[in-house]
Amino acid sequence: MPYIIDIEPEWSFAIDRIVAANTTPKEYQKPSQQSSSLIQILEQTQREIGYLPENVQAYLADKLNIPLSEIYGVTTFYSLFSTEPVGKHLISVCMGTACYVKGAGEIFAEFERRLNIKAGQTTEDRLFTLDACRCLGACGLAPVLTIDDQVYGRLTPSDVPDLLVPYGREASKKNKKIHILNTES
Amino acid sequence: MKIKTLSDLNQIKKQSVEAAAKRDINHILTVNVHQGTCGAANGANEIYDVMVRQGETAHTHIIQTGCPGMCHNEPLISVTQPGSPPSVYGHVTPEKALAILDSHLKHHAPVAEWLINRNPTDIYMHQHRITLANCGVIDPERIEEYIALDGYFALAKVLLEMQPLDVINELKSSGLRGRGGGGFPTGQKWEFTHTAPGTQKYVVCNADEGDPGAFMDRSILEGDPHRLIEAMAIAGYAVGANQGYIYIRAEYPLALERLKKAIHQAQKTGLLGDNILGSGFTFHLDIRLGAGAFVCGEETALIHSIEGKRGEPRQRPPFPAASGLWGKPTLINNVETYANVPTIIRQGASWFSSIGTEKSKGTKVFALAGKIKNIGLIEVPMGTTLRTIIEDIGGGIPDGKRYKAAQTGGPSGGCIPTDMLDIAIDYDNLLAVGSMMGSGGLIVMDEDNCMVDIARFFLEFTQDESCGKCTPCRIGTKRMLEILDKITSGQGEADDIQQLESLATTIKSASICGLGQTAPNPVLSTLKYFRSEYEAHIYAKQCPAHACQNMLSYSIITDKCTGCSACARVCPNTAISGKAKEPYSIDQNLCVKCGMCMEKCKFDAIELL
Repeated sequence: MPYIIDIEPEWSFAIDRIVAANTTPKEYQKPSQQSSSLIQILEQTQREIGYLPENVQAYLADKLNIPLSEIYGVTTFYSLFSTEPVGKHLISVCMGTACYVKGAGEIFAEFERRLNIKAGQTTEDRLFTLDACRCLGACGLAPVLTIDDQVYGRLTPSDVPDLLVPYGREASKKNKKIHILNTES
Repeated sequence: MKIKTLSDLNQIKKQSVEAAAKRDINHILTVNVHQGTCGAANGANEIYDVMVRQGETAHTHIIQTGCPGMCHNEPLISVTQPGSPPSVYGHVTPEKALAILDSHLKHHAPVAEWLINRNPTDIYMHQHRITLANCGVIDPERIEEYIALDGYFALAKVLLEMQPLDVINELKSSGLRGRGGGGFPTGQKWEFTHTAPGTQKYVVCNADEGDPGAFMDRSILEGDPHRLIEAMAIAGYAVGANQGYIYIRAEYPLALERLKKAIHQAQKTGLLGDNILGSGFTFHLDIRLGAGAFVCGEETALIHSIEGKRGEPRQRPPFPAASGLWGKPTLINNVETYANVPTIIRQGASWFSSIGTEKSKGTKVFALAGKIKNIGLIEVPMGTTLRTIIEDIGGGIPDGKRYKAAQTGGPSGGCIPTDMLDIAIDYDNLLAVGSMMGSGGLIVMDEDNCMVDIARFFLEFTQDESCGKCTPCRIGTKRMLEILDKITSGQGEADDIQQLESLATTIKSASICGLGQTAPNPVLSTLKYFRSEYEAHIYAKQCPAHACQNMLSYSIITDKCTGCSACARVCPNTAISGKAKEPYSIDQNLCVKCGMCMEKCKFDAIELL
């Protein structure tokens, strides 16, 4: 019996495009190497759709001719992939050693308190997802965090309320200058 | 243009060298804007744009380069006037950059007060840059600049003058050891892959730099990507592989982009692909993306990940040299190891082995971070003492604090206390003091850091990153973390230390891969050198460094409090109350111990107990 996967049409178009771009005819010739680009495909799919829900995984399994169990195994193994929808803005606090010894833990705790969520969770209004991330390699700016693609560095816990303002959280009573570090070029 | 022969390569070098000479004759100013990830995050891209828009004239030559390793001064630019050494400027803004340009152009003089290389403790003084030689010097996105500095000439020499075994012997006698952690002799690894039976072999580069606090591989990839491509092609020729893979972590978008551009350029010019330099040797290179799993730094796990599977390690033997990617013989080295290869081939094994100590040859790159003044990326000869690195190159501990420990080897390493500052750093000395080289993260800690908390931090990391395949690592690290959580929250019991030691021994001896086998090291080394801190937590219920949040309480010193209310206003949980101009007080039941009041108080009226 044919297995019909319930998936949004715009998602399936996006996935078709990603799969086509990542599977070269050369790889079809060697079946052993066919799954080699799976992680790349998952990464690009997540960038397009935002997360990797079950129907997306099932659709990919069908497209790539890889068992769904294997795709599920890979998706849940790597911290880059999420099976849950994430908030509009992703806050990633670097928990590398250099940031940790300079107080990243306190900054993270302050976010948890302010947003009333724990690591990996999303606020009820779906505005923020809070994550501790692995070393960003920008140890010279420690402690560092990113909100979406913006990098903020040399922070203290009292910067936290002001950091949230540009992303739609109410301003605190007294606005303080925050260190916005990178400027999009 | 296509580079089909050695004379084509010479021609490109000649053109670039001539262009540089022409700039010198015409007194053209060369400006390097250092745009690594940390430079860019500090506004270097904007500086570059402004300079190109407003400062690009017939008298200036403005290029983008990688990181020169002085992260604490970002964003950086270097200005070179023909005939004089470069002037390096730190904390540059677009306005400052234009003023600097103006001063050099009009007055032929640097802006003295903004210079950073006037400092007597010049951070390059004790350094020897081999792998980082081109970082911050060349434009990483232009292959010609790499060729101008003898790039791809090592590949030419290997392909046209040497047999694969000659290359391997050269590496063996250079004494180069793997820079990714274990320190296995590189030449021997190449030989194993070379002699392994099979026609299809692979060359892999581990660029999944996972050690928190280490960023040398990122810097090489961002500042000098062609060096890696050249080295991998050399490796391909030596072991008999014509396909290579670079496994790079997704957290490094700029490195990935520069690497892709570099591969594309090398393919376009013919330095990658079929019949390189007319030698008949073919080599292709592809990128595979890591997706955030620390364990994939382990070579068998990395292989599984490239194959598109879960990145779990497996038992060795067979080693990848015999059975690696898709079961074929595979050579795996990390970025820094490869980065040494072109220079060794060009300058010879005996030159390389003259640098360093008896058993550790050459140099090592360290990412100096934590509580240290000159945060940055340094490359020093093996055998340099920890004191030289911390005091002379690093400039010591900021804010007048006291040095407590240096942590090397990341989550697999250990802490080195004050009385061992004079050890000469090489593979064996670090192992002897209970730490390890690792990939080269060197995090400095001061008196405010609690060593039990640091041990807990690393255990939390390894426990989280444990892939779960083998029981000692999966369950053992969890149990150790629980004990450390207990100790750092003031619930420690008398036999906890003994329990930790017994678990550590089991995990070290029974885990499948390097992650588990080294995971207890941070605990063991802090137990060895800072046992009294553990005991203070357990018996006196005190954290001597005042770092463990659950063991401390904030209180207001009534004599010093002026009643300004700054603390009450910043408190997120309204735990502080009082009348204006009278001493305030903190309700310990409401206090969440965030420390924001202490940070805010201008009168030092809040203390930690």
